[in-house]
Amino acid sequence: MELQRLIFSFFNAEVAARYWPDILYGMWVTAYLGAAVIAAGLAAGLGLAMLRSFHFRPASFAIVVFADAFRALPPLVVIIVLFFAFPYVGLAMSAFTATWLALSLVLAAFAEEIFWAGILSVPKGQTEAARSTGMSRLQTLAYVVIPQAVRLTIPPLTNRMIAITKGTALGSVVAVHEIIYYASSGASEAGNPTPLTLGALAYLAIFLPVVLASRWIETRFAWKR
Amino acid sequence: MDQILQVFFNVAILERVWPFLWRGVQMTVALSFVVVPIGLASGLAVAMLYHLHRKWLNRLLSAYVDFFRAFPPLVLLLFIYGGLPFLGLDLPLFATVALAFLLNTSSYYGEIFRAGLESVPSGQAEAARSTGLSRWQTMLWVILPQAARNVLPDLISNTLEVIKLTTLASVVGFTELLNNARNAQALTYNATPVVAAALIYLVLLWPLVRLVSRLEHKSIALR
Repeated sequence: MELQRLIFSFFNAEVAARYWPDILYGMWVTAYLGAAVIAAGLAAGLGLAMLRSFHFRPASFAIVVFADAFRALPPLVVIIVLFFAFPYVGLAMSAFTATWLALSLVLAAFAEEIFWAGILSVPKGQTEAARSTGMSRLQTLAYVVIPQAVRLTIPPLTNRMIAITKGTALGSVVAVHEIIYYASSGASEAGNPTPLTLGALAYLAIFLPVVLASRWIETRFAWKR
Repeated sequence: MDQILQVFFNVAILERVWPFLWRGVQMTVALSFVVVPIGLASGLAVAMLYHLHRKWLNRLLSAYVDFFRAFPPLVLLLFIYGGLPFLGLDLPLFATVALAFLLNTSSYYGEIFRAGLESVPSGQAEAARSTGLSRWQTMLWVILPQAARNVLPDLISNTLEVIKLTTLASVVGFTELLNNARNAQALTYNATPVVAAALIYLVLLWPLVRLVSRLEHKSIALR
């Protein structure tokens, strides 16, 4: 009896049949949003770290302030400020854009710190040697320093990327049509939590392989002392 | 410029909603003070169990940790919040929120402590045992202090993440800072409360960010 009620509530086949196409569409939006955040966040983070390596004081200071602020601010707060506060000054953006921008800024801040730590870990002699062969500063950075720095940054970057892409679920708060949005609206519409179960399974389908891959990456790129 | 001040930094509105925001800060702090210590303790328990190296137990613990690492915390919260009543369980909101965060947090702390325990060379345990310390004494006095020190930056960094996580509780109407700020914003039709909340988070968490940065750079410099 108890078990039957449990199955009726959480694994209701009839409800599941009605809502799985919505959840599937939500999965597409989640994956798309996650990919867009990773692309923008990593690119911006790497750009900022490279800029910082030129040791131009005002720029470095601004970058540190940016990185500190967006590592301290909870991502949900950033999303809400962008989506609910900026329209008051005429800067309205769609829920998708606000979520994308907020998460990209947060990822950029973390990625900048990670790349910067990686760049610092490359011995000075490497730069000096490259420069003395006649390479420009940018060439030195691109061909000598960054390739060595990246190896060290891969494990922490993977972890951070997973954490941030999981943050796409926060988009549901401002009604981005991703998995959670369909799962919770479906659950209240049907008066049955089965759509939530579907949503949970959808997240596992996306992220469990990623987490397992990250374990492999961690051992593969581990820093050997 | 004037308009921005009116909408984002309106002192009159801030004065009016301040008591409300302050109560939110207190709830955020209370929730953090429940979730962080219990999360640390249960994470340590997970890591110590893992350290026993029982094959089936380790598979189970790895599955537990991976499962909750793959699950977005908001999904977990909504699932528990929306699902528990159907199981006939009616927990108070504070307990529901704390439970969801603990499941998530303990697996992260567990991973960190596990890495810490593994970073202590096995010679340490052997030496301690050969001096006549029991297994528990060895763990408590020899292994743990070194393990905790080795992963201190990660522990602090995760604690920062946990405190930031408490903002998700606003989604289910838990009256912490972000929730109160959003309600105040809706009532006053002005962005000041939300901007003020962001600034409060910044002031509260910035020292932790600095600390993490310093510890991380130090540990990289040591390599």
